Amino acid sequence: MRFYEYESRKIVERAGVPVTKYGFCQTAEEARRVAEDIGCPVVIKSQVLSGGRMKAGGVQFADTPDEAARHAEDILGLEINGLMPVGVLVDPKAEIKQEYYAGVVWDGTAKKPLMLFSDMGGIDIEQVAENHPEHVGRGHVSNLFPVGDFEAKQVIAATGVTGRQLNRATPVLARLARLFLENDMLLAEINPLAELTDGSFVALDAHMEMEDEAVGRQKQLLRNELKIAEEDTRDQYEPSTFERNVKAIDAADHRGVIQGKDHGFSGNLGLVIGAGGGSLTLTDAVRNQGGKPANYSEIGGNPSVAKTCGLAKEVLQKDGVEKIAVMMSIVSNTRVDIVARGVIKACLELDLDPAETIAIFRIPGAWEDEGFRILDRYGVEYYDRSVSLWDAAGRAVAKIQGAAA
Amino acid sequence: MSILLERDTTFIVQGITGREAVNLTRECLDYGSKVVGGVTPGRKGREVHGVPVFDTVGQAVEHHGSPIDGSVVTVPPAFTKDAVIEALENGIKLIVVVTERIPRGDVAAMVELAEIKGARIIGPNCLGLIVPEVCKMGGIGGPAEDAAKSYSPGPVGVMSRSGGMTTEISSSLTHAGLGVSTAISIGGDAIIGSTYAELMPYFEADGQTEAIVIYTEPGGRMEAELAEWVKENSSRLPIVAFMAGKFMDDDEMQGMSFGHAGTIVEGKEDSATEKIKRLEAAGIAVVERIDEIPDAIKERIGK
Repeated sequence: MRFYEYESRKIVERAGVPVTKYGFCQTAEEARRVAEDIGCPVVIKSQVLSGGRMKAGGVQFADTPDEAARHAEDILGLEINGLMPVGVLVDPKAEIKQEYYAGVVWDGTAKKPLMLFSDMGGIDIEQVAENHPEHVGRGHVSNLFPVGDFEAKQVIAATGVTGRQLNRATPVLARLARLFLENDMLLAEINPLAELTDGSFVALDAHMEMEDEAVGRQKQLLRNELKIAEEDTRDQYEPSTFERNVKAIDAADHRGVIQGKDHGFSGNLGLVIGAGGGSLTLTDAVRNQGGKPANYSEIGGNPSVAKTCGLAKEVLQKDGVEKIAVMMSIVSNTRVDIVARGVIKACLELDLDPAETIAIFRIPGAWEDEGFRILDRYGVEYYDRSVSLWDAAGRAVAKIQGAAA
Repeated sequence: MSILLERDTTFIVQGITGREAVNLTRECLDYGSKVVGGVTPGRKGREVHGVPVFDTVGQAVEHHGSPIDGSVVTVPPAFTKDAVIEALENGIKLIVVVTERIPRGDVAAMVELAEIKGARIIGPNCLGLIVPEVCKMGGIGGPAEDAAKSYSPGPVGVMSRSGGMTTEISSSLTHAGLGVSTAISIGGDAIIGSTYAELMPYFEADGQTEAIVIYTEPGGRMEAELAEWVKENSSRLPIVAFMAGKFMDDDEMQGMSFGHAGTIVEGKEDSATEKIKRLEAAGIAVVERIDEIPDAIKERIGK
């Protein structure tokens, strides 16, 4: 789950990292009042889940409250990379002496979070790491033991920072690491972390992302403090009707799992496939043999006949779908006969002939004899494990191309 | 020979009274595995297919009268970390975590403690491991008679980020007359207890294993880690890899995950194309089609 900058600032603020006195505004009038309140000059920043705000004109400076209101008006109506902002942030224009970077990310190889610090802030940390590696300090933190201030200090000192700056920056990085762990973050960055001319350190911009798996246990922060509604999932793109419908069918019945995606797919061959790895393998196999998948899907666990039927019907009713291919890697938990019943039921309920509509059925494994008996009855072409996933996908492609020719 | 499991390996099932766990217990017992106990808090005194159920792992160990080798953990995500730590604190050295959707921080905590305790975690989000005709620990391969169809003993070690594909690939090796030494469903999450590179030394030391097959997906740096390991350790074992999810390299698919949580591509290096390049540069054969695996292995071990 991604956060807007104003939310990320609240998250670091509640963890004890100093921030400037800023305001989140949804109208030009509010922006004027905030500018009056905190005193000009101010900076107006678009609150949008996209990078490149500065380049797109989503960050503007104002010397008077009137100017702040005008900029807010413009920015509130400015689309950035296809996204409209949810508001603007009005921030005092800081008198910066030096910019730093403080961040925590996951290191999948070490299986631990990694603290990062640089005395070259305000720019992309990956760029700094590549061009000035001596200006980036790194250190892993434990998931079992509390993060010590000294660990943050070591990381910062490795960049050559010392004196008062070291002592001011240390608690900031340590607190950032603690909030990263406590709030199940995937990414927690303060960039820039600014040293102001008065010597204080403040987070001038922050970027946070929380792991979706942890949203359930972070309700206090998300719902009560940040007031983020449950349906506000911050997905990368709007789900399609197909995706919403499949999700609803899945949620209605706890047995098994079905998933469907069609973002980026627009072919004529509907895929009713599974499980996780099998679906990836099969989607590649269809495409690499010249097929055009209409969607991606996954059947996992042991779904009911109704659930499988629901998925197949959704796929069949997608625009442009001519046939479906029902394929999975060898199943142990999912029952072949239940999937067979589900897809045949879907055809019949839509007044389609299963033998014509199901290009091929290739699911070997648990209860396959029963499944194949049912498929025989309806004249559906099916294969067992002696036909590979590649050949099964190829057969489905050949059949739909034959039908088109 | 085999890795991690032997005929006498004993294990418990934590969360044994859950629906999936009951099936898994039946399957493992039928396969001949030694399931010596189960744990579900509040259910002490019951039995699952003749396996005694306890409230705590400590009770199970006490009842068994000697240390227990392993545990299959299949409890809801919110309780998994605690269950795994309980197993580790009671001296269990091999833990298969079946549960999916566990937050990364919890997984990292379990793995960190396992390392301190000298224990090994397989998973999470996995189906476990199997040594054909010797021992099956987890749901891998399904019911015993189905598992027997897919897994015959042989010279090939299998490691896979997908549970289903572990069996699909092993079945193709079995039907090609090759067979499997040990097959491990390593799990589909971004952070897992045992990566390819961490398991390689076990296969390297196993006399039965002559070659390795890995099934891999976009996301994460596990393949880069394996490539490094292979370069540094001049392994005797030829490796054949299959990469699924190449369609995820398309522009429209950026930032999406498919199949498993771990497939989220966070940087260009995690993409299928980059991974294939890296594996090939380390001398690992990457086959284009899933059905090319058995022949690629035969070619490399001269069978």
